[in-house]
Amino acid sequence: MKNKLFGTATIATAMAFGLPAMAQSPIKVGFVSTFSGPQAAIGEDMRRSVELAKEHLGGKMGGKPFEIFYEDDQFKPDVGKARSEKLVQQDKVNFVAGYIWSNVLLASYKTVVDESDTILISANAGPSQIAGELCNKNFFSTSWQNDQTPMAMGEYLNTKGVKSLYLVGPNYAAGKDMLAGVKRTYKGKIVSEDYTKWPDQLDFSAELTKIAAAKPDGIFIFYPGAHGVQFVKQWAQSGLNKTVPLYQVFSIDAITLPQQGDLALGTLGAQQWVNDLPNEANKKYVEDFKKKHGVYPSYYGAQSYDAIMLMASAAEALKGDLSNKDKVRAEIKKANFKSVRGDFKFGNNNFPIENFYIQEAVKDPQGMMTVKTIATALKNAVDPFAEKCPMK
Amino acid sequence: MEYLLLQMLNGVQLGLLMFLLAAGLTLTLGIMDLVNLAHGSLYMMGAYIAWTLIGVTDSFVLGALLALPATFLLGVAVEAVVIRRLYARDHLTQVLATFGLILFFNELVRAVWGPAGKSIAVPGFLNRTIEILPGVPYPAYRFAIIIVGAGVAILLAWLVARTRLGMVIRAGASNRRMIGALGVNIELLFSLVFGLGAVFAGLAGLMAAPIASVRIGMGDDILILALVIIVIGGIGSIKGAFIAAMVVGQIDIVGRAFLPDLLKTFMSSSAASSAAPAISQVLVYVLMAAVLVWRPTGLFGQRT
Repeated sequence: MKNKLFGTATIATAMAFGLPAMAQSPIKVGFVSTFSGPQAAIGEDMRRSVELAKEHLGGKMGGKPFEIFYEDDQFKPDVGKARSEKLVQQDKVNFVAGYIWSNVLLASYKTVVDESDTILISANAGPSQIAGELCNKNFFSTSWQNDQTPMAMGEYLNTKGVKSLYLVGPNYAAGKDMLAGVKRTYKGKIVSEDYTKWPDQLDFSAELTKIAAAKPDGIFIFYPGAHGVQFVKQWAQSGLNKTVPLYQVFSIDAITLPQQGDLALGTLGAQQWVNDLPNEANKKYVEDFKKKHGVYPSYYGAQSYDAIMLMASAAEALKGDLSNKDKVRAEIKKANFKSVRGDFKFGNNNFPIENFYIQEAVKDPQGMMTVKTIATALKNAVDPFAEKCPMK
Repeated sequence: MEYLLLQMLNGVQLGLLMFLLAAGLTLTLGIMDLVNLAHGSLYMMGAYIAWTLIGVTDSFVLGALLALPATFLLGVAVEAVVIRRLYARDHLTQVLATFGLILFFNELVRAVWGPAGKSIAVPGFLNRTIEILPGVPYPAYRFAIIIVGAGVAILLAWLVARTRLGMVIRAGASNRRMIGALGVNIELLFSLVFGLGAVFAGLAGLMAAPIASVRIGMGDDILILALVIIVIGGIGSIKGAFIAAMVVGQIDIVGRAFLPDLLKTFMSSSAASSAAPAISQVLVYVLMAAVLVWRPTGLFGQRT
């Protein structure tokens, strides 16, 4: 009896002393992106935005300090999976975020959301599988489902009266989703649909020669980062820029424009976030980013900024106590924060229901290349895979 | 017809770039009996050195011309410091040591030039199209690659077939021990051949740079193709490397340009367009296997 009492007392004391100690332990955020190799510029833009979010939050979420563990996926699915494993098993992070590439996300997905029951917030990749049958209560997106952005482009091309389109994209999960997406909405004639080797093919001579011979009204491409730079350059070198206009998703942005320069002027693309969207959160984000780094942020950065702000909103509501995962998920699902794209809601598959805009590549008054909004293509769009997701 | 010609030109351009890389590789393997996996690193270094020199001189042509002797010196230095110690060792040791060199060069580039990769702009006077036939435009820069590549191939053919150095090189490729016994300075020859291989690799790297950006590991993918080419062509044979490179270049383009349409005649459109890149990637290896069954030493291989 005495022993038992003593035991209870010990536990009680331990708890009494233990709890404040736990309250002081920081919130841990794992962030997986590409920080080396040809696509490292994208990872850098995301890291800068995460750091800016941390600064805007004063380094705290729900009154607790938070730490960010950056991991480099080296642009390889197997490395991304191994790094994600390290984050959830060794560092025991509260959230995993990031992921540029759909194939990297698909490889890491089960490890994070199933095996270790950790909340994953994708700040870019949105493969159709995860939006549909593989949807999971632990997965949230602050970006889009892959098909949606090209769907917005397809809608716009219909209204613009573009009669025929030549599709080119890389042969991997996202490339297939993107080309399928534009085909969902575009009503004109698809001249051809070409896939190129990913990621090692950077020479598009054969494809551009085919396009020149096919004489379409427009080219639609999806080539993120370094690949977009090369495609636009080679499109211009081949002289096709004078005859066939280029329509794109994720191929001409704040990261690629410094290298594409004037060659990209006037090209149109679709996006759910543009740097000139008129809301307070966005103004603050874009202005502070530009002040700090001298360049415009990209949607990769905006989505990463939102991912951190989303976590912070949940931590705020729970006063920093993230021990009950059901409560954390419920708070995240509310999307109760000021997104830089404007307010949005999560759908049943935890992808945002949001607007998509058409943007044009232009020069700003200082002569720097950037993009500006010229139209709204889709309003409160739900992705086409939401109905395949069994979650309600 | 014009379309066919343009696609063939694309294949020739690709083939010539790969030939430049394969030439050095086949010489080192044929004459020096050295498996050099780090050849792709020399390709990468050529591009990075050219990027720096183009920045310094503010001229593509000048920077590229200066980069060639620089890669030659780099090749000679690598040979003197590392490669020379490997001649007497077996192939496994050479593979391990030169693989180490790949890691070394990748990290060196990361430390010196940063992880992000660089881009070299196409020189102004080539940033346009030329009409190879009336009304048939072709990018001038790609045409320039064909001219330079073909020029180097002719120079190399002359060097190997008509000069004393070439004679020694050919002799070395068919019987290495004999030329040593005949009093040829093997050490100097090996140094020269390795340096020459480095120059060709560097030239290929810097010419490919404006098309495919300058990045860490850019030589690793293309090295595998270069190895396939020298195996098809026959180890040690420049002529074999040239013919194999041309064939592989054409196969790659055919796989990309014509295979999807061919597959679409009997498959669904979407199945065909995703199967085509996979099949075209495999075609080159199928060719290699076929050649090896037919001629185990390659098309122009000397040894049995």
